[in-house]
Amino acid sequence: MTRMNMLMASAAVAAMTATIASADSSEPIVIPTHNWSSQIVMSHIVGQIFETAGNSVEYVSTDSQAVYESIRLGDVALGVEVWEGAYGASFDAAVAKGGLHSVGEHDAVTREDWWYPMWTKEACPGLPDWEALNDCAAIFATPETGDKGRLLGGPVDWLKHDQERVDALGMDFVVINAGSAAALWASLAAAERTQEPIVIFNWTPNFAEAVWPGEFVEFPAWETGCDTDPAIGPNPDATFDCGNPADGYLKKAAWDGMEGKWPTAYAVLTNVSFTNPQIAEMARLVDIDGMEPEDAAAHWLDQNADVWSGWTD
Amino acid sequence: MSSIEAHASPPGVRARRLSMVVVLMAAAIAMALGRDMLPASLMRPPDWMILPLADWINAFFDFLRDDLGLLAVTRSVAGGVEALLDVTANLLYGKNRWPWLGPIPWSVIAVTAAVIGYALGGAKLAFLACGTFLWIALMGQWTWAMETLSVIVVAAPVSVLLGLLVGVAAWRSRRLAALLNPILNIAQSLPHFAYMIPVVVFIGVGPKAGAIVTIIFSVPPMIRMTLLGLQKVPDEVVESGKMCGATGWQLLLRTRLPTARTDILIGVNQVIMQCLAMVVLASFIGMPGLGQKLLQLLQALRIGQSVEIGLTIVLLAITLDRFTRAWALRQPVHVPRVMPWHERFRLPLIWLGLVTVAAGLSQVFPLLAEIGRVQGFSFGAAIDAVMDRVIVAIYPVTDWLHWFLIVWVFIPVRDAFLWMPFAAVLSLLAAVGYAVGGRRSALICVAFFGYIAISGWWDRTMITAYTVVVSVAIAAVFAFPTAIWATGNAVRSRRVLLVCDTVQTFPSFIYLIPMIMLFGANDVAVVGAVVLFAAVPLIRYTIEGIRGVPVALVEAAGMSGATRRQIRRHVLWPVALPTIMVGVNQAVMFSLFMVIIAAFIGTQDLGQEMQRALSSADVGKGLVLGLAVATIGLMVDHLIMKWASSVRPAN
Repeated sequence: MTRMNMLMASAAVAAMTATIASADSSEPIVIPTHNWSSQIVMSHIVGQIFETAGNSVEYVSTDSQAVYESIRLGDVALGVEVWEGAYGASFDAAVAKGGLHSVGEHDAVTREDWWYPMWTKEACPGLPDWEALNDCAAIFATPETGDKGRLLGGPVDWLKHDQERVDALGMDFVVINAGSAAALWASLAAAERTQEPIVIFNWTPNFAEAVWPGEFVEFPAWETGCDTDPAIGPNPDATFDCGNPADGYLKKAAWDGMEGKWPTAYAVLTNVSFTNPQIAEMARLVDIDGMEPEDAAAHWLDQNADVWSGWTD
Repeated sequence: MSSIEAHASPPGVRARRLSMVVVLMAAAIAMALGRDMLPASLMRPPDWMILPLADWINAFFDFLRDDLGLLAVTRSVAGGVEALLDVTANLLYGKNRWPWLGPIPWSVIAVTAAVIGYALGGAKLAFLACGTFLWIALMGQWTWAMETLSVIVVAAPVSVLLGLLVGVAAWRSRRLAALLNPILNIAQSLPHFAYMIPVVVFIGVGPKAGAIVTIIFSVPPMIRMTLLGLQKVPDEVVESGKMCGATGWQLLLRTRLPTARTDILIGVNQVIMQCLAMVVLASFIGMPGLGQKLLQLLQALRIGQSVEIGLTIVLLAITLDRFTRAWALRQPVHVPRVMPWHERFRLPLIWLGLVTVAAGLSQVFPLLAEIGRVQGFSFGAAIDAVMDRVIVAIYPVTDWLHWFLIVWVFIPVRDAFLWMPFAAVLSLLAAVGYAVGGRRSALICVAFFGYIAISGWWDRTMITAYTVVVSVAIAAVFAFPTAIWATGNAVRSRRVLLVCDTVQTFPSFIYLIPMIMLFGANDVAVVGAVVLFAAVPLIRYTIEGIRGVPVALVEAAGMSGATRRQIRRHVLWPVALPTIMVGVNQAVMFSLFMVIIAAFIGTQDLGQEMQRALSSADVGKGLVLGLAVATIGLMVDHLIMKWASSVRPAN
């Protein structure tokens, strides 16, 4: 095919996509999955909705930070869960390099902060207030932390500034970083068996809230600039003297080429929006009921037709 | 050669060496004791000493990628691999790709495996192979296992071919062989994660990246075994080939390679084992199947089901290991031409018959074509329940152990490692090097740790070193008695070796979660996981070392009136010691790999930084850290090998 012909053909395709909705490329839409259940189920839900519209879909498991590089290069087409707290930085960095963009936010809000399971409250009744937590610091002590309390933080590369907060608020705590989310859950499960008080870094929406009911610690409320301006927050000399924002975004991301290649699927993706209870439900189906993610997705679509049928119009 | 050196070195040389050891040792002690008076530049590598290696490597990779356009090359290679993967993926689990034939019913694959097993090693292997696939099907893991195998059946042959080519090239060119040796040494001691970062950058993610990282990881042993096999071919064989008038290529293809067959097939065996070892790790960059599922299940703390997947991986490894071993040991059989064709092709015919039956039946009974996850006979929940009970029951013990180890062992040892001025550590290592192998070894030790000093990761490396030292020490405490007990009789030692194999083949990630549940996310859990891996080679090589002592030697000692204790002390141990030290060497290597993986529990060492480098796709940082790990391993390897060859009695 000559260059001219190709140009004409692609112009024709472009014209067709503008008018006919079913002009999506027959190449599979590759959706990345990560290692937590709600994200996998949500990816399958979105994928199965695409399939009802005649698209072909494939899933590939990837690292949840490195994935933005893959979306940027078009190796995968989209991402369904971009957490402000956990992946905001990677996402923004990839956007700055070019190649992907946001396709709107879910209704769900995300929150990430210090958290404790309910049995902890019996040992430290003043909770969820952070000063009350600090007064009970001794019951959270472990051999590694001496007589100070232990906060089991997330992996260091989540960059959570917990230690800065401990210093800024003068708390009797030491931050010990777990190496993975699995390490957090394993520690929580172990503490449950002996009903030991524990305070960890946790987030919502998340399967853990269905398994272990609990509450976030209430720190001085987040104000914009708390992380950069010492004057903001109770301690006039320190930054990070406040809690994390309680309503972080949960975005969807798409490769820049997606709209041109699969316009219908792209339009569906912009409409997709889940709420916190829906996401927790997806996690529950897999983590508690033991369903396979693809079955859980089919089940959810079956039960919630009214929620998603509007997205495909 | 070195043994001659050590034994025959003149007294003058030995005295000079000894005095150097004393001087260096004294310097190390003086610096350590007088650390308060030491200038800061001897405490920790000063800033001017630390080179921005990561930036240089990144600049180099950027140059390769953007200016030389290597990205286009790697992407097109990846495209070729992907085309192959699509075919196997379609055949094995029915991915929607050309040739649109699959998925092959599980019963057909199980029957095929059984026939191959029979052809290679008789009824026993047939049972093993068929049993493995039956287990996979019944456990409801069929699709996952086929996803994994679809990558391995591409990666392993490519790796074998590549290894053969490079091995032959290295055999033909002495210069290439000399160049290759250090590269292979480093490659085999680099932690897995260090490889993955460049793969993500140059190849991307997905099954193709999984396949390529698996190939990279599994090719070194193939190269080594090919080279070794070709070097071992006796001259007589080559001569007789020449006499038959064979040309250079004919000599290689018809004479040398077939003669080196056994070594080459052991290389194939190693490739397959390495491929299975990568199943879980490669899923970090998109390898589908068992590994990916295992990580998901662990994340949800479903240990029981993860153990089932682990068992599947072990079974696959054992089956493929036995297959290739049987193949390696079998000598080529000459079939007389006069045999009727149905006898010559008896096995292929039986296979064809069985496969037709299985395929036909699976059309009638769908359960023979596919067993879904739901129909599987998982017993994961039972394992979880048992584990829960055990953890609660031994909690008082583990709680005390946690406290005791942290307060009385780990914190003091760790502080001691960090307390040492870096100049004192270098001096100490130089002294050890001198004592073991003279000036050359001393220089090698200083060069290796000098790299760590200029890499800027001194403290992190010290923490890694502390974890490895503590783990190997703890492992030794129970590994040696276990090994001695096991050498008591043949059945016992065979069983213990089987346990060792299983522990080692079991995906290492599974150990992490129970360790956290037992001890919490801290150094005790990390060391606990590492100890398991360190103990395996210690036990294995001790058993082999002791069993390798000539019976005549022991009997002679007995006849000259030595008691059992005396025999053990003066005959068994000294003769077995070199082999045991190889075990110690391996234990250090295994520990280094495991420490890096244990970053998923939570560490503050090189592994934690490596994890960060992976998630930010930082090639330079990953390689700098990987080399820091590799240098520790290579230094220990050098010292132990040098020492073992100097004490091994000269023949």
